[in-house]
Amino acid sequence: MSTSRLPNHISQQFDNELQDIRSKVLSMGGLVEQHLEKVLSFFSKGELEGAEYVAVSDHLINALEVEIDQDCSDVLVRRQPAAMDLRLVLAVSKTITDLERMGDEIEKIARLITHEPTVLSGNSYYHSASTLGKHVALMVRNSLDTFSRMDSGAALQVAMADREIDIETGAILRELMTYMMEDPRKISPVLDVILAVRALERVGDHAKNVAENVIYLVEGRNVRHVSLEQIQKELEQGN
Amino acid sequence: MVTNNQAKPTSALDSIKIDVDRASPTIKPQTCLHVDGLDLFYGGSQALNNIKMSVAEKKVTAFIGPSGCGKSTLLRCFNRMNDLISSVRITGKVHLKEQDIYAKDVNVALLRQRVGMVFQKPNPFPKSIYDNVAYGLRIQGIKGRKILDEAVERALRSAALWEEVKDRLTESALGLSGGQQQRLVIARAIAIEPEVLLLDEPASALDPISTLKIEELIYELKNDYTIVIVTHNMQQAARVSDYTAFMYLGDLIEFGDTTTIFTRPAEKKTEDYITGRYG
Repeated sequence: MSTSRLPNHISQQFDNELQDIRSKVLSMGGLVEQHLEKVLSFFSKGELEGAEYVAVSDHLINALEVEIDQDCSDVLVRRQPAAMDLRLVLAVSKTITDLERMGDEIEKIARLITHEPTVLSGNSYYHSASTLGKHVALMVRNSLDTFSRMDSGAALQVAMADREIDIETGAILRELMTYMMEDPRKISPVLDVILAVRALERVGDHAKNVAENVIYLVEGRNVRHVSLEQIQKELEQGN
Repeated sequence: MVTNNQAKPTSALDSIKIDVDRASPTIKPQTCLHVDGLDLFYGGSQALNNIKMSVAEKKVTAFIGPSGCGKSTLLRCFNRMNDLISSVRITGKVHLKEQDIYAKDVNVALLRQRVGMVFQKPNPFPKSIYDNVAYGLRIQGIKGRKILDEAVERALRSAALWEEVKDRLTESALGLSGGQQQRLVIARAIAIEPEVLLLDEPASALDPISTLKIEELIYELKNDYTIVIVTHNMQQAARVSDYTAFMYLGDLIEFGDTTTIFTRPAEKKTEDYITGRYG
């Protein structure tokens, strides 16, 4: 059933509590996006300041995770939510874990950059990684948009986009390996790039998880570990 | 249109064969009560509209819905308690196993032996604890002291009350606490070994601890009895029942396994009710 336009609760306070949780999730997502953008600016422009900031700021994302987790637990205890409300709390609880992990991966990239900035900057290995980063950033944004709009159809598209990210990652890794084979002295710096690319790919995986959480929230179907074709079929049947 | 889904909830473990000896076969519940096209009128006003449902045997089925939705009325149809109201007119069928309980030749007293009922407010007779439980058996003509003693103990044990009252069986039932009285009434109902137990808001007048005891009792009793419970407390329905029916303005809106109803209801009216919304 469509649940995006449910009327308000009899308890206005309950409405406020759920709205507050949703807003915080979007703020947390915004922070993750911001960190990703700062890290990617090193790839595209060679700017180090953003990565330096991210390397020491992941605690902000962690703190939001703890706060929202507590809010979810409060709602469970005080409101005993059911149906859509219950699914919202469960989906939020999973989503903030994914956002926190995205934060960790982005922090990992930031630390790689700040650890060996001279080696990494100015080389051409990052060109492909930069493109991948843009695609991952778009995927993260779209996943948060689907959460905000509770749009399961768009969430499915986001989940499907992860395949492209995986394919792109595979291609970049093959390209990077050729650099290592050409010149063994480049193995160490290229390995750092590989680690960064892997981290970006993991961010994409977590964005896919967020999209799947949105499908669960809206449709009530747990679509983790289900093929995307199967999900699409079920969503079409549901509509 | 009623959404009717009584598929058995499954677990991922179901597909993993751990131990042949321990594995229990999936048993599809049998139908105990079958309702088909049931309409009920209080004088000129219709209180139940074309109800169709099957109540599974030895399972707990909960009826939820706002006041006046017809859930208690439907419950009372199962042992023809509505017959006592002169303005009531009923059409449609209710079968208890193979028996059409609204057939002309039905002995209503015998029907009520098969379908026991417990009400919102504990209503023990102003007699001793023992006499309350033995009451139904004595009406059936059972007089043997030993048989009665055994039956009373068995019923009180089943109602989780034996340990609390075994030393004061001759004392007045009215001296028991509200929660104990309600369990005594349940013991009285099950002493005559009915097939179905109808519970009309059995815990709504009790404190939280007594309520939990009643709920625990319901969980135990479903091994032997088919239980249908009407409750205003949705969390209670979620805790104790296997299947939940949501009723609204005399219609059966949705009926399905309790987990689905409380996490993924198919009907918007159900969703609005269980999440406390209006619109």
